[in-house]
Amino acid sequence: MHRTKVRVVEDALDANNTIAAANRSDFDRAGVTVVNLMSAPGAGKTTLLERSLEGLVNTDPPTLRVGVLEGDVAGSFDADRISVLHIPVVQLNTDNGFGGECHLDANMVRSALPAVPLDEIDILLVENVGNLVCPAEFRIGEDAKMMVCSVTEGEDKPLKYPLMFRSCELVVINKIDLLQYLDFDIDRLEANIMQVNPNATVLRVSAKTGEGVEAFREWMTSVSARAGATA
Amino acid sequence: MHEFDLSSAIVATVRKHAAGRQVTHVTLRIGRLRQVVKDTLEFYFAIVGKDTNCEGATLEIIDVPAALRCNSCKREWEIEIPAFMCGDCGTGAVEVLTGEEFMVESIEVEDEEDAACTAPR
Repeated sequence: MHRTKVRVVEDALDANNTIAAANRSDFDRAGVTVVNLMSAPGAGKTTLLERSLEGLVNTDPPTLRVGVLEGDVAGSFDADRISVLHIPVVQLNTDNGFGGECHLDANMVRSALPAVPLDEIDILLVENVGNLVCPAEFRIGEDAKMMVCSVTEGEDKPLKYPLMFRSCELVVINKIDLLQYLDFDIDRLEANIMQVNPNATVLRVSAKTGEGVEAFREWMTSVSARAGATA
Repeated sequence: MHEFDLSSAIVATVRKHAAGRQVTHVTLRIGRLRQVVKDTLEFYFAIVGKDTNCEGATLEIIDVPAALRCNSCKREWEIEIPAFMCGDCGTGAVEVLTGEEFMVESIEVEDEEDAACTAPR
C-alpha cells in the first residue's frame, strides 16, 4: 500500500455554487430578479411580505409582478398566508422524514423551479428557513440577500452572527411598534449592524402598523430593475 | 450547527478527488470569518464519512486569519472581533483580504499498488 498526497485546492461549496449558477442563468433568461430573504424564526418575514406585497400586487396593473418561494422545514402555513394575495406561491419543504434541513440550498431551489412561473413575474422572493447561521453559507442564485431582524431579538445579534449580517445588502429592523414596551436601544442595534456591514441599507419597519413599509416596497422595486444585469 | 452541512460538502469534494481510493488524511483551509467550530466539524466529518472511503481519515484544519484592507487609506490589518470599519479614517470602504476561505487544500489517499509497478514493461 502506498500513500499519495493529492492537491485539491477547491472550495468545498463549489458543487452548490455550480447549481446556483444554473439557477442564475434560468432567472436571467426569464428576466427575473431574485431576493433571498433570511431571518431568525419569528422575526416577521411572512408578515412583512403580506404587508408590503398587498400595495404592490393589488394595483391595476400590478406595480410589480411578484412570485414567492416559501422555504420551511414542514407545513404550508406561510404559503397559505401569501396565497391570499393571488400571486404565484410555491411551498418548498426541507423535511425528508426525520427533521428537515435548516436552510435552502441551490439544489432545493432548483427542484422547485418547474413549479414557479418565471415568465409571469418580475421578482421572485425566496423566504428562507428561519435561521441566522446556515442560510448565509449557501447561495441559491440570487441577485440580492436581505434579512429581517426584529427589536425583540437583542442589539448584539449582528456581532454574534456576522456572517449573516455581512452577507445582506438590506437589513429590515421589524416590530418597531413594540419599542415603547421594550428596553431596547435601536440606535445601538443599527451601530452594530454598521460595524459588521458598513455598506448595508437599514430600514426601520413595523409590518404590523405599516410604518416604514413603503420604503421596503421602494427597495423591492429598485432591485427588480437589476434583472439580467448581474449575470 | 452549520458544521453538519459543511461536513457533507467536504466529504463530497474529497470523494470526488479520491476517485474511489481510501482517504487517510484531509487538509482544509478555513477562514476565521466562516465561524466554523473545529471540534464540531471533526465530529460531523466522522459521522458523514462513515461507511465511505473517508471513514477513519484524519482532519487537519489550517486557520486563516481575517485580514482587511481599507480602500481609502490603504491600511491593512487583522481583526479578532467582527469590526469592519477602518479605525484610522473611519470609513466602511473595507475589503476582506483573507478569512472567507472554505477550501479542501489536499487529501492523502492509499493507492493499491506502487505507481511504478503498474507501468507497462
